[in-house]
Amino acid sequence: MADAMKIDPAAGGARARGRTSLADYAPTYGALAALVLLFIVNAVATPNFLDVNNFRNILLQVAPTVLVATGMTLVIATGGIDLSVGSVMAMASAVAAVSLGRGVGVAILLALVVATAVGTLNGALISGFRIQPIIVTLASLITGRGVAQVISNGGQLIPFDNPRFAWLGQGYLGPVPVQVVVMVLVVALAIFVMRATSFGRYVAAVGGNEAAARLAGVRVHRTKIAVYALSGLLAGLAGLVETARLSASDAQKVGLNIELDAIAAVVVGGTPLTGGRATVIGTLIGALIMQMITTSFNMNGVSFSWSLVIKAAIIVIAVYIQRPKVA
Amino acid sequence: MTSEPLLRMAGITKVFSGVTALDGVDFTLERGEVHSLVGENGAGKSTLIKIMTGAYRRDGGQVWLEGQPVDFRSPEDAQRAGVVAVYQEVNLLAYRTVAENIYLGREPRRMGLIDWKRMRADAAALLGRLGLDIDPGAPLGSLNIALRQMVAIARGVSFGAKVVVLDEPTSSLTEHEVSILYDVIRRLKAEGTGVVYISHRFDELYTVCDRVTILRDGKLVGTRALAGLERIDLVCLMLGKQREELRQGTTAFGAQHTARAAEDVPLLRAENLTRGRKLDHVSLAVGRGEIVGMAGLLGSGRTETARAIFGADQVEAGQVQLEGQTLKLRTPNDAIDAGLAFLSEDRKAEGIIPELSVRENLTLAALPALTKLGVVSRQKQNEIVARYMKRLGIKAANADQKIRELSGGNQQKVLLARWLCKHPKFLILDEPTRGIDVGAKGEIQALVNELAESGLGVLMISSELEELVEGSARVVVMRDGQCVAELRGAEISQDAIIHAMAEGSATTDASGAVDETA
Repeated sequence: MADAMKIDPAAGGARARGRTSLADYAPTYGALAALVLLFIVNAVATPNFLDVNNFRNILLQVAPTVLVATGMTLVIATGGIDLSVGSVMAMASAVAAVSLGRGVGVAILLALVVATAVGTLNGALISGFRIQPIIVTLASLITGRGVAQVISNGGQLIPFDNPRFAWLGQGYLGPVPVQVVVMVLVVALAIFVMRATSFGRYVAAVGGNEAAARLAGVRVHRTKIAVYALSGLLAGLAGLVETARLSASDAQKVGLNIELDAIAAVVVGGTPLTGGRATVIGTLIGALIMQMITTSFNMNGVSFSWSLVIKAAIIVIAVYIQRPKVA
Repeated sequence: MTSEPLLRMAGITKVFSGVTALDGVDFTLERGEVHSLVGENGAGKSTLIKIMTGAYRRDGGQVWLEGQPVDFRSPEDAQRAGVVAVYQEVNLLAYRTVAENIYLGREPRRMGLIDWKRMRADAAALLGRLGLDIDPGAPLGSLNIALRQMVAIARGVSFGAKVVVLDEPTSSLTEHEVSILYDVIRRLKAEGTGVVYISHRFDELYTVCDRVTILRDGKLVGTRALAGLERIDLVCLMLGKQREELRQGTTAFGAQHTARAAEDVPLLRAENLTRGRKLDHVSLAVGRGEIVGMAGLLGSGRTETARAIFGADQVEAGQVQLEGQTLKLRTPNDAIDAGLAFLSEDRKAEGIIPELSVRENLTLAALPALTKLGVVSRQKQNEIVARYMKRLGIKAANADQKIRELSGGNQQKVLLARWLCKHPKFLILDEPTRGIDVGAKGEIQALVNELAESGLGVLMISSELEELVEGSARVVVMRDGQCVAELRGAEISQDAIIHAMAEGSATTDASGAVDETA
């Protein structure tokens, strides 16, 4: 029976008409429905869930993951993956901490430059030498954490007292935490880039059919390098936010395992790992789902371990929904 | 029993999601016979082979091996029964030895452990029997591709193969390696093994094969003895042409073009394009407003020529000039910037971006012109899309519909529009009307004609001879990576093209074709 499903090259000319476009957004709508469901269940079952402080906490905790996952969405849309984001966060954190003495602006700029440079290098190796993204960024994950620890004197905690820098992670604009504002701005900008710019179209084209994109004059190398550079930049930004929140740089812990949370958010949000399509808003929803599960389990006094099991189940379900319909 | 052929397939039918890939095909293979299977794209060769070797299940028909009805459920099943396929890409373990690869999964054992000594000795004996000088202890990865293929054949023989299927075995071999392969085939033949041999190269068929079965569009055309079969007749059978009555007047190009006035400097001139065995000093020229057809069988170097001109593949030698200027072609981008456009042959693999909308697919190449500070003007995009959807009669629910949901003909129109909206100077069409319905076909042909009349230079690769004869001012014929003929004006006929495809020899002076236009 399985054999009968195979499409022979000879049969390539005439294909049955596909599903409607609506069905393609099913994963994102599914994620949104799951988020709404979680919200309703919690609103009924979890005491104090509807408290404003609780929402603020959820958003605070999800912000760094969303920043990283936004970059990851673009990378995955080209059919790639970036495992190095956590280590890039640590590098940015260490660089900022040791250069704070030269001024907040300099520290932030240096940290972001370093983070972008690592991403650019990832992209150049992946695109130029045709090494698999998972290998290149795994190498960066290992090296980056090492370099971050070297920068911070062998991985020591570097505390600092700099209210202006700490504002990035602890300050408020009205009732809204600064890092949540940063998150919203980044997500909005990414949505704009994917929808309105030629770059966004090239990202989708490269992930959707690289050979066709190349023949249509899309600069495939440049596009790939750019998405990894952006992923690095956003990881750097997330690293700065984390560092500011703690008023300290901890090169051993900052961003640890965040690549997995980010990938999970992207997948749950409806961006297929095979590339060709990106939904930044879906990624935001995916990250919120994961965070809300953690929070609600906490608030109900259920063991943290159980929330991991539920999260794993959600990832599997999301991937199952997205599986290719035809071989 | 002995009067039964080695392998007999009768009435084989295979349907893929509603599309018939094979329709009642018969095939017989005798003991000690080398039998070739030929046909153009979509003929059903690979489907038949896959059914023969258990990779696909048949939907209808019967198969007998040595008179016994068989129904292979998997390649392993077929292998056990003695039907073995050796594919172009050898699927063996590069880091294991030759002997281990030959006996993988059936290693000789002694007291539960692998009997390495016996395995090596058996492998050495087997390789010797095939006349191969290969060290059974060498890692497979240390051998060149030809010898790896021989090991794959040896593995097949070690199963006691009665039928060996070789799918394009020489595509990556040098001439010396080809002769080693022939030697092995002759030994198999002498032992009574039946060999099914698939190749695009006629010289090979006539050298090693006894009979040939021709398929076309999933149907059996016939089986012939190669001795006494003229090449020209074989090509006619493959293309479905009658030598006597080659039809005229079935395409939307209408009457045959009169050759346009030759120019001093042609619009585009390619000289001595060379790339391995695929392209051998290919030269051609196309004038303004001229449609130059390119003919050749599958694998003759047509697409390779197009890709070389477009900068999609790097050539080892040769150059391309547009309006007298030598182009620097490192990527397709360079070609596009110079005013070239290329409608590729494989719509699905190299044309459409399936998940993107008609709008995005249509404007993909034109985006730089529609973009200001990185932001695409949706208004300009919509204008272009509306204009070309109307002009080309693209049938889609709306511009937001995903291109993969469109019919083949409409997809092809979108891809053509992708180039036309950039107003190129020179357009390469690789099989522009393959696999699309008759209506769309006529529309595309008429459009190409109209474009040429407005001054566009067109190089049109096609397997459809009517299209070439009626659409082209000149026809360049390719064979085995060379330009073997250039036909013009009254010389252009299906008969002349087929003759050149089958028997033409390389024009000795590679630039001769170009000089004639000057």
